[in-house]
Amino acid sequence: MSWKAGSKLEKLLSQGHFVVTGEVGPPKHASPDGILRHAELLKDYVDAINLTDNQTAIVRMSSIAAGVHVLRAGCEPIIQMTVRDRNRIALQSDLLGAYSLGIRNVLCLSGDHQSFGNHPTAKNVHDVDSIQLIRIVKDLRDEKRFACGEEIKEHEPRFFIGAAANPFADPFEFRVLRLEKKINAGADFIQTQCIFDMERFERFMAMVRERGLHKKAYILAGVTPLKSARAARYMQQSVAGMIVPEEIINRMEKAKDPKAEGVAICVEQIKHLRTIEGVAGVHIMAIMWEDIIPTIVKEAGLYPRPQAE
Amino acid sequence: MSNSPAPFEPKIVAFCCYYCAYAAADLAGSMRLQYPANVRLIEMPCTGKTDVRVLLEAFENGADGVYVAGCLEGDCHFLKGNIRAKKRVQYAKKLLDEIGIGGERLEMFNLSGSMGPRFAEIAQEFTEKIRKLGPNPLKKTGTFPGEMPEERVAHDK
Amino acid sequence: MIVAEAKPLEEIADLLGEVRKILVVGCGGCVTVCLAGGEKEVGIIAAALRMMYKKNGKELETLEVTLTRQCDPEYVEMLEKYITDDVDCILSLACGVGVQFLAERYNKWVVPALNTKFAGGTIEHGVWEERCGLCGECILHKTGGICPIIRCSKSILNGPCGGSQNGRCEVNKDIPCAWQLIYDRLKALNKLELLLEIQPPKDWSKARDGGPRKVVREDVRIE
Repeated sequence: MSWKAGSKLEKLLSQGHFVVTGEVGPPKHASPDGILRHAELLKDYVDAINLTDNQTAIVRMSSIAAGVHVLRAGCEPIIQMTVRDRNRIALQSDLLGAYSLGIRNVLCLSGDHQSFGNHPTAKNVHDVDSIQLIRIVKDLRDEKRFACGEEIKEHEPRFFIGAAANPFADPFEFRVLRLEKKINAGADFIQTQCIFDMERFERFMAMVRERGLHKKAYILAGVTPLKSARAARYMQQSVAGMIVPEEIINRMEKAKDPKAEGVAICVEQIKHLRTIEGVAGVHIMAIMWEDIIPTIVKEAGLYPRPQAE
Repeated sequence: MSNSPAPFEPKIVAFCCYYCAYAAADLAGSMRLQYPANVRLIEMPCTGKTDVRVLLEAFENGADGVYVAGCLEGDCHFLKGNIRAKKRVQYAKKLLDEIGIGGERLEMFNLSGSMGPRFAEIAQEFTEKIRKLGPNPLKKTGTFPGEMPEERVAHDK
Repeated sequence: MIVAEAKPLEEIADLLGEVRKILVVGCGGCVTVCLAGGEKEVGIIAAALRMMYKKNGKELETLEVTLTRQCDPEYVEMLEKYITDDVDCILSLACGVGVQFLAERYNKWVVPALNTKFAGGTIEHGVWEERCGLCGECILHKTGGICPIIRCSKSILNGPCGGSQNGRCEVNKDIPCAWQLIYDRLKALNKLELLLEIQPPKDWSKARDGGPRKVVREDVRIE
């Protein structure tokens, strides 16, 4: 079998395993210690780790550099790449660099607006958008061409291409069509926004199946364990493109041990997601609470992780 | 006491709407109500005619305080003139703060044509307020022409 | 029109510094319409500056002139008779274009009184909003007459992004999501299929960064 990129993620997905990915936010300093510790901790529990790209527009270690640290710790990185801070020249240059360092998975994003971050007076770039970036990464691989059309004579970067989907943003009925656009542009796998509103996600997946999209790309459902009712309320009220049902907040409020309840909810969600046709895996986003991931994976019955053949 | 300087007598300009404040001033006169001679009235067809530049130039030409007196809110003869005047007065107050003259030297009042006593009261109170604030700060630093300076605006389009 | 907004008075006074006589030059074009730099605003800024200087013990002489347009040499020419040796500075109440035209034509220090904001229109009296990003290659036919370049916070050409919720942009709930507007409009026009097409990266060389752009119409040139 010939692989698009040959990453572990690609192999596991194509072999039909229910995949688990995690997420680590690179530090606001120049030491790799924290990333290495997290990679060590997650290594046996997730199949690949996302490294966020200056998430919420706060300056952090670059996702590529952090990805290399993850790689050295023996874990597979998925580097996130936003179009907020780099134009098509810098994006392609970084893709070449990342590939040369052994990175094989890239998630293409538009990125949080700079007004949310610690440099709100910065000029954003947005030379290309996330869908155009997907197409650029695909053309580098499959057409052996740069975005300008110029041929890559040798050693083209061959990435397994990821894209994000948010079933909870509006207009709802266009969300599946936009996912299709991303897949048509070249996305191989999809990681969704964290899911709390299962009913809406089910409707989304029904539309996905209707259009046969789950057969064209692997869809990993995003989940986030809640730490407290307050955190849940914050996500419900202040994070754009996120729906947190009242019922979940009630459960968190009533819980004697909110953290344990958050884990329990997350595990239930994962078990439910596994039953939905077209869901190829889960993406666990436990930013600032990475240590909990092994517990969730074990309780969800997803441990031990399979080996790629 | 005989050596103390003459008390400060502020110069106050009141831009008065023809339909209310100006009529109220008339009424105050015929009721023989006393109000300070410091206040010089300027009749306007409506406070909706209020021009920020004119308000500023009143100060530039030596006024210590300025007020605009229009109809009660909701009773403007031209429906919304007094509401618009209020916003322009607000803007001019901000400019006066920036200039360093102080926005508190400019106010807007609302009354009806039948409120002669209120007119006298406003004149009294505002004069007192300005007397406490002291002279227009421009007076400390420059000399006043006392009249409009020569033409500053070129008209030749 | 070009929409502009007056700089704070104090900033203008700072920019002017030690001057005795200034020409305060308004513009009868866009900035008159958006109430930032027409004859009326010239009068207000000139009066305010005179008072500011006076309060600080300095005399400032102002001469107010409002040109039909500051972006046309034939009108800029009309300022010549006022450019005397005793004029220390020209304060222009035009957009950035007018300021530059005055600076190019006259050997005087030119100071901008306005911040030039955007190309937009009047929403209601006293409210103006941006509409055009001056990108040099119009795509409004693809987006139902709603510009994603300037009205989408991320200038996305294949929107809406995941931050669009209840018709609002993730950046601020006061900002309508341009792509929701585009979606609604194309749906109403029965042209949703336009959204399924992947829009390729934009040719930004037509927009900026290559020095000033120029339009030449040979057919109407006189020389």
